[in-house]
Amino acid sequence: MSQLSSDWVADAQIAPPLPAVHGTSLLRRSLKLWRTRIGLALVGFIVLVAIIGPYLAPYGPNTPVGAPNSDPSSKAVLGTDYLGQDVLSRVLYGGRSILVMAVLATALALVAGVAIGLVAAYSRNALDDTLMRGMDVLMALPSILLALVAVAIVGPHAWVIVVAIALTTTPRIARVARGAAQPIVERDFIAASEAMGVPRWRILSGELLPNTLGPLMVEASLRLTYSIALIAALAYLGLSPNPNGANWGTMINQNQLVLAVQPWGAATPIIVIALLTLGTGLIGDGIARTAAGIDRARGEE
Amino acid sequence: MSRFRPTGVWGFILRRLLLGIVVLILVSILVFLATQALPGDPARAILGREANPASLAALRRQLHLDQPVFQQYLTWVTGLLHGNLGRSLEAQEPVSTLIGSKLVNSAVLVALAAVLSIPLSIAIGAWSAFKREKAFDQASSNLLLALAALPEFVVALVLVILFATTVFHVLPAISTVPPGSRPWNNWVALILPVLTLMIAVAPYVARIMRASMIEVLESDYVEMARLKGLPERTVLIRHALPNALGPVFQVIALNLAYLAGGIIVVEFVFNYSGIGGAITEAVVNHDLPVIQALAMLIAALYVVLNLLADVATILVTPKLRTRL
Amino acid sequence: MSAAEPAGQTAGPAVSAVAVQDLRIATESTGTPVISEVSFEIARGEIFGVVGESGSGKTTVGLALLGHARRGLRIAGGTVQLGDRDILTLDEDQLRRLRGSLVSYVPQDPASSLNPALRIGTQLREVIEAHGNQPDSGVAERVAEMMREVALPDDRAFLKRYPHELSGGQQQRVGLAMAFANRPRLIVLDEPTTGLDVTTQAHVLSTVRELATLHDVAALYVSHDLAVVATLAERVAVMYAGRVVEIGGAEELFTSAGHPYTRRLVGAIPRLTGGRSLVGIPGHAVSPGRRPPGCSFAPRCTLRIDQCETAMPPLLPVGPGHAVRCIRAEIVLSEAQSRVGDPIDMPAADAAERLPLRLTDVVASYGQNEILHSVSLSLAAHECLALVGESGSGKTTIARAIAGLHRNWTGTIALDGTELPRAARQRSSETRRQIQYIFQNPYGSLNPRQTIGQIVGQPLRVFGTAKGREADRRIADMLERVSLTAAYARRYPDQLSGGERQRVAIARALVCDPTVLICDEVTSALDVSVQAAIVELLGSLQRDLGLSMLFITHNLPLVRSIAQRVAVLSQGNVVELGDTAQVLTDPQQPYTRQLLADTPSLETATSEAMETATSETGASEPPADLAGA
Repeated sequence: MSQLSSDWVADAQIAPPLPAVHGTSLLRRSLKLWRTRIGLALVGFIVLVAIIGPYLAPYGPNTPVGAPNSDPSSKAVLGTDYLGQDVLSRVLYGGRSILVMAVLATALALVAGVAIGLVAAYSRNALDDTLMRGMDVLMALPSILLALVAVAIVGPHAWVIVVAIALTTTPRIARVARGAAQPIVERDFIAASEAMGVPRWRILSGELLPNTLGPLMVEASLRLTYSIALIAALAYLGLSPNPNGANWGTMINQNQLVLAVQPWGAATPIIVIALLTLGTGLIGDGIARTAAGIDRARGEE
Repeated sequence: MSRFRPTGVWGFILRRLLLGIVVLILVSILVFLATQALPGDPARAILGREANPASLAALRRQLHLDQPVFQQYLTWVTGLLHGNLGRSLEAQEPVSTLIGSKLVNSAVLVALAAVLSIPLSIAIGAWSAFKREKAFDQASSNLLLALAALPEFVVALVLVILFATTVFHVLPAISTVPPGSRPWNNWVALILPVLTLMIAVAPYVARIMRASMIEVLESDYVEMARLKGLPERTVLIRHALPNALGPVFQVIALNLAYLAGGIIVVEFVFNYSGIGGAITEAVVNHDLPVIQALAMLIAALYVVLNLLADVATILVTPKLRTRL
Repeated sequence: MSAAEPAGQTAGPAVSAVAVQDLRIATESTGTPVISEVSFEIARGEIFGVVGESGSGKTTVGLALLGHARRGLRIAGGTVQLGDRDILTLDEDQLRRLRGSLVSYVPQDPASSLNPALRIGTQLREVIEAHGNQPDSGVAERVAEMMREVALPDDRAFLKRYPHELSGGQQQRVGLAMAFANRPRLIVLDEPTTGLDVTTQAHVLSTVRELATLHDVAALYVSHDLAVVATLAERVAVMYAGRVVEIGGAEELFTSAGHPYTRRLVGAIPRLTGGRSLVGIPGHAVSPGRRPPGCSFAPRCTLRIDQCETAMPPLLPVGPGHAVRCIRAEIVLSEAQSRVGDPIDMPAADAAERLPLRLTDVVASYGQNEILHSVSLSLAAHECLALVGESGSGKTTIARAIAGLHRNWTGTIALDGTELPRAARQRSSETRRQIQYIFQNPYGSLNPRQTIGQIVGQPLRVFGTAKGREADRRIADMLERVSLTAAYARRYPDQLSGGERQRVAIARALVCDPTVLICDEVTSALDVSVQAAIVELLGSLQRDLGLSMLFITHNLPLVRSIAQRVAVLSQGNVVELGDTAQVLTDPQQPYTRQLLADTPSLETATSEAMETATSETGASEPPADLAGA
């Protein structure tokens, strides 16, 4: 036999395997970027402050410590607010409710939004249209307006705020989930599972969801940022569950008028909120860039 | 199953319009149910502690609460369509007179912010895409990322601290528009609020423009245009830009609609007399008719903006026209 | 001057239109060489072919002739002499003036190369206006003339259309018109007929030939399709891993090439005449940066010796106008290229057994449009039936209807005599197990988030055929069967090449012992050599396992190597059905005859048909086995 004809030789013995572009989770890979790390550090720090702050505070949130609007001193490191309460202590107490509500609302919205978005993308028929029209209706009112209306009717209770924000965040997540799922639904491996008769819910959760995690994670961090901003804004407008307790948003409102005299009363919570939202924004951006980088590497094959 | 389906660009507009109307109807039902038809007594909720049987009865009559729910809804909707936005409970005035001038004030803010920020954002986005990964792109991307993450009232207050109260003292911290005068009578007071709104919108428009432009610049047809020996300017302006703008319109519409909510906070910060302030007041005072009217107005604005965006996208994308 | 003369130079007084010398292209970031030592000349009016598979660098070479490198690459060295100037020394402005006027480019995908937002009239006009060859008044007339040259309507209504309002063939002709508009000296054509159906392809190719001859234009034709290049080009360069490995006259290369890779490539091309097994090339080409020292083809070459792996062989002449980059070229040349694979022993279909698959009067639609008009087919046991047709003929619709993926049809589809419900979900688990489907796109048919083991094992889980250790054993077994090792089970699809992924798809389909296997254009997305290997694999599996196979393709010659019977589909109707050899050598229907006539084949381009005839009568002896391979 000629040396040029082939006795079959397995591909495996000849071609070296390409390095895994996948396998390590997206989050872990995104931590290689400095921006994700900075974001994580910021968020971690602020969350820590919010959670264990009350245990570190030198005074209670409502304890009068000195004259109102006095400058920073040895007694009150950041000065006092408009009622003479210690600014630092109030800041340390003021984050919990915002964070808890924001995380809860975003989590609820994620579950609902992803479910709706994936189902809509997969069904490709009248169900898709109906669901998306429903989402359009919910999106017709800007988030803050929806929250305001809800609070106006039922009252500024924590659960109202959480539900209202979840309601306004769900359609936005649903849109993104649907957008991310649509190209996946067209792919043949979904058709292969359908031909095998795999039940629909299994395809949704086992094949569609894992392949849309990238965009979903980015959106989740984005929505968390918004939720935090929204809840703080509501508090700033005077609508928080406990107006007397310490709350970053409320603090800003209370001390805005005396900015020229004692900036720290309003500036400190402003800085804290800014750092927190910057942190979540950076994390989201880090994940997005990592995902784009992976896509690019894949495309170059 | 072939039904009558108007085609072409006009047919598309018609269909979108009908869709928008359906959405508005559904929104109105939602708003109405949320405000008036919830279990419990709206009258009592509104009057709160001042509730006594006489005032409760009077309020119920005023709000038509004694009629069946469906009837109430119809009364309200027909009123809306006739321009009767209801009567403010707090001010005992027709809502329309109450908010008339405030609407103008807010419109001025939003219009200024839009007119100033949108062309700027598009330019920044396009230039960042063209000079990808170079200094301008890196700097602007990071700056815009930071600005996008910050809540508007934080941005507003930072601006106030920077320019009005603490660092510099060049601009006013408050921008009240006294009743009877117009916003442009005191344009210096407009600077900070408009700047805040611009910062709220610019990052998103710039980002989508950049992403869209990058995709277009890497497309086969732009490469082909270069290989045909066309001057770079022709390539950018005739070939790249029109294709890049398609997705941008949707984002612009979305952001302008977002501004309708954004002004609520911004007007509060600067004590600006616009509909944002009106809504906040109405919420605090449980002034149902005002809330309902303003919610519907804003929803209608959202629908109109989206329709305009869809039409604009169709106009710039000939490919979509044949599928209509 | 490099040691190797540009051996492709023709003797004689013809002035070369372009001379490439020692071209080098590298990545911008790391400087990894992508193209090295590429030299050739093209004379005026000559069509020069550049052949290679994916990753060979042929497109990059084509673009370099316009002084252009894609993002991330840069031209690192060498000269491209156009007339009296080396275009690689020109600045941006000079290059711009040159592109579209002296050298033009016809891209691969006409649909994406035309601006979707501009009318075609505008796009045609601007190439003339940009180079200022016409006074404004003459431009419109010039555009009309251009359109006539490529057999397109020249009226203003047509020019007002947008690209998406044109067919694929029309779009490509607009591309050709733009390329020839300024009477360039050189045209680079980058696989311009990929994606067009055979008939349109034939028209476009003849247009290219006409225009090139008419305007005395030199042309560089880049392609992976050897049959097309053979019909069009006079001289050809074969590229592998960024280098020219062989260069010479087309006929010579395809009948008696000097490089092992060229030989294997030619052997991998499906033949219309004679049912022969296809011989693929194991492994796949490695990407730049991971290429071994020494000859890049050595890892896959059956003739390799130690010396091949130490130093890169130079391109040396082996005959007039013929050069080869291989130190064993003499051995290669000494063998006659009659090795096109052994004739296949296709078992006769078993007519006695019950028909595993039967379609009766199937009418299928997409929405309102009827795609299949009363199609009736049957598949006998252990038989491979090929379904051939152009795009839009309905062949994929048939396949999906059988698999239960397309539900909008009437008529009956019966498996083993039992009528099947329309949707896969409505069918019994047993039925679903028996009908298996392999998809066209190896990059979309595997879940990127699952390991190969999970993917191949899915049917076992879904149908409950095997669990745990038994399942693992069967998976490993199947992977070996498709010539992958069991170690592949832990990898992810991203790590596999196109050919490997398609093998995984085959493994997945066969792991549950189906009776009917549907292959939907399973090789269309693969390189020729890989395609040959996959078809070979499928053929041998089908024969060994006694599968009844429905093989769908648009590639007529491919059918000869795998199917016993063939059905020809045109616009939703079966126009011809019969024995493969019969239909392909003596078609009855005009559509089939036209299809065959339009299909470029190596045999008609070279004189292989005659050679095959003589070898079948036993005229040539197999050469002695040389030691030291």
